[in-house]
Amino acid sequence: MASSETALAAGQRARGIAPFLRSQMRNIAPFLTLIFLSAFFALASPSFATLDNLGNILTQVSVTGIIAVGLTFVILCAEIDLSIASIANVTGIAVAYFTLQESYVNIPNIPLPGAAAILMAILLCALLGLVNALGLTVIGIPSFIMTLAMMQIAAGISALLVRGQIAYKVPGVITTLGSGSIGGIPWIVIVAAIMLLGGHLVLTYTRFGRYVYMVGGNREAAEYSGLNVKLILGAVMVISAVCSGIGGMLGVAHFGSAQQNEFDTYLLDSIAAVVVGGTSLFGGRGGIGNTIVGLFVLGVLNNGLDHVNIDSFLKILIRGLILLAALVINVYAQRLREKAAE
Amino acid sequence: MPEGRQPILELQGITKSFGGVEALRGVDFALSAGEIHGLVGENGAGKSTLMKIIAGVHSEFSGRFLIDGKQTHFRSARDAHAAGIAMVHQELSVAPDLTVAENVFLGNQPTNRLGLVQWRRMAREAGEQLARFGIDVDPMSRLGDLPIGLQQLIEIARVLFSGARIVILDEPTSALSPPEVERLFSTLRRLREQGTGIVFISHFIEDILLVSDTVTVFRNGRKVAETAAAATSKGALIEAMIGRGGEALEHSYTDDLMLPRPSDSAVVLKVDQLSLARSLKDISFEARAGEVLGVYGFMGCGQQELSRILFGKLKPDGGTLAVEGKPKTFASTAAARRAGVALVPESRRAMLFHQEPVYKNVSISILDRISALLLKPARERDIARRQVEQLQIRPPVVGLDLGMLSGGNQQKVALAKWLTFPPKLLVLCEPTRGMDVGAKNDVINIVRDLRAKGLAIIVLSTEPETVLSLADRILVLKRGTVVREFRNEPVSKDRLLQAA
Ligand SMILES: Nc1ncnc2c1ncn2[C@@H]1O[C@H](COP(=O)(O)OP(=O)(O)OP(=O)(O)O)[C@@H](O)[C@H]1O
Ligand SMILES: [Mg+2]
Repeated sequence: MASSETALAAGQRARGIAPFLRSQMRNIAPFLTLIFLSAFFALASPSFATLDNLGNILTQVSVTGIIAVGLTFVILCAEIDLSIASIANVTGIAVAYFTLQESYVNIPNIPLPGAAAILMAILLCALLGLVNALGLTVIGIPSFIMTLAMMQIAAGISALLVRGQIAYKVPGVITTLGSGSIGGIPWIVIVAAIMLLGGHLVLTYTRFGRYVYMVGGNREAAEYSGLNVKLILGAVMVISAVCSGIGGMLGVAHFGSAQQNEFDTYLLDSIAAVVVGGTSLFGGRGGIGNTIVGLFVLGVLNNGLDHVNIDSFLKILIRGLILLAALVINVYAQRLREKAAE
Repeated sequence: MPEGRQPILELQGITKSFGGVEALRGVDFALSAGEIHGLVGENGAGKSTLMKIIAGVHSEFSGRFLIDGKQTHFRSARDAHAAGIAMVHQELSVAPDLTVAENVFLGNQPTNRLGLVQWRRMAREAGEQLARFGIDVDPMSRLGDLPIGLQQLIEIARVLFSGARIVILDEPTSALSPPEVERLFSTLRRLREQGTGIVFISHFIEDILLVSDTVTVFRNGRKVAETAAAATSKGALIEAMIGRGGEALEHSYTDDLMLPRPSDSAVVLKVDQLSLARSLKDISFEARAGEVLGVYGFMGCGQQELSRILFGKLKPDGGTLAVEGKPKTFASTAAARRAGVALVPESRRAMLFHQEPVYKNVSISILDRISALLLKPARERDIARRQVEQLQIRPPVVGLDLGMLSGGNQQKVALAKWLTFPPKLLVLCEPTRGMDVGAKNDVINIVRDLRAKGLAIIVLSTEPETVLSLADRILVLKRGTVVREFRNEPVSKDRLLQAA
């Protein structure tokens, strides 16, 4: 039987190259986009394809990458988290809030030892994620709405903490991880890489990861299989919030300041990274590998546009169009797959 | 095909393979206007594949395809639709989030000159169409909220009244009650009078013989027989399907069957005064270890709801549940599973992951038993391989995506999920739906095996045969209440039907 099995499995693969490519469209298209964009910018600007610039790109996508790890889990479950940027922001502000600031910073804050400040910040983002989770699973508010509300709530907490001011200091570890480097490699890149790798390992090799894919693939079937769907959905919301929080803390250190609305662009960037990478908005397909490709596509695009002479207002439009193209491919890939599976 | 008539549809030497799997090998098939053509064959014999080729779903195949004598090639289901071909798929393919009316008019809603949908007209016409078919339902209700059987009826109605001249029905009756099947057949006969060509696939050989003019038998991707229905018999068809001796597997249960003396083994499940809104009223019963309890009733009698309550998917409004003497209120299906309850629902779609390989489907419910944190794919595959072998799931490749198995084989996978670590209570809804004669028999043997191992088993079905072939004790459910219990007494199909 073993031999007939391999023969059949081979047959399934050898079903013809066209159907295979079609079913892999979700993974191939983002990769081609990345290669195309890189080639384009490399030809258009001599300063693009340098080792230095690669370093720049990596650093530029790090915060997005950290946030996108958690978001990948959420989107794999066919949910969405719109509060990631706000939670990143409030967590970054919180860690500064619990750190002793210079005397000219006029915020009535509560200075704590570094470890305690970090712990408080992590607790805060986990708590906000838990509120998302409860709203989604216990009350049954769609994640789109629930996290939209959370986006406001987190922004509100941020506002109350800094009251329009700017804080600068964060605990030493965070400063190092956010803006330091080791052997020429920025710590923030290393942290992003470790978190992406961790996310990948969890999704691919753990039971929880399998559950995430199964819940995303067919939620009803997951429930009829006796999985605790609500627990899994709740967990991914908390994971997302904590990843956002870590991204927020390191981001604050990276930018050198903590203030309101600092992370606004990260909402769209993180969602774009996940979706452009090919993770299905309908859940169950994709993963961290896709997110990494998506991050590079976005990073190369953002960075490359700075290397060529383009109206800076046009850049925004171009980014929008690329995102639209990715969405079209995402939805289209899903349809092709469904057709292939019938 | 009746003599002398020109076929409206003709297929010659159709071969279709999915990678290594040859689903069809050189099949000829013809259908003429005003003919009902029955199709039978084992699970995986290639029936659905051939029909999907006709309906334009599979566009890559070899062989000739003629419509009205002219060679044609459909590139999509839309092409087939335009040529007047409509199909009810084996897997329900309705849009659960749309209204009944939208589903009936799927794709061609009546619009006014501005292109806006005429809701009122649509609702009225949908209501009329369904009423003609004996379905009484609010056309504006959400389809997904209706019971599976009603959804199936609505899909059938949509296809029958779509005006198509070739209608394909792939196991349309699997969720229908006897009166509904009757109504379907009389509608089919009426369409036949009007010159529609109809293909009818079913595992119910009697139905096939009753309604068809011609019967074609498939086996292993080949057509092995084609005869006039009047000139063949059930035995002959079964023999052509699965070989000599097959007929012994099929019982008709018209004669009385003696139910055994009730067992006095341990009570595994005790249900007391269970109620649910308008679906269930004061249901009380016990299920014992080593006993199969049958629950029979027409579609919509509350079976589905009952099974969902037992598995923690629905919460009852009143009444209590106790597993092995311990009262339980299941907060989730996960809680029910941990308490040792397992459910196989009637709809495959509801419990299987079509885009995932077979082994992941088999292992999903037992992952926590075989791995703490990290997955053990090799172990999963081993387990799946054993189940595939035991249930004779074909093709026996655990790495194949589930969606590539035939309907009946998918159903076996749904059962396989629970067999590695048998639960205390196994609830089976329509366990043999969509299975061929041989596979049905396999399931019967598996259930008996599990009973011998001391499981308490509840079989809920709208098919009297299923209940009769499995149950030691039978409850008859009617409009949400238990109206009769058969125990230690003779029972037959007629007696069951009468009680319901
Ligand atoms: N999309 C697909 N990809 C790969 N293999 C497929 C696909 N669809 C069907 N097959 C294979 O083709 C064979 C015939 O399947 P088909 O669905 O036609 O059987 P069937 O006669 O309708 O059986 P059933 O009574 O169980 O519905 C099976 O071996 C099945 O596994
Ligand atoms: Mg079939």
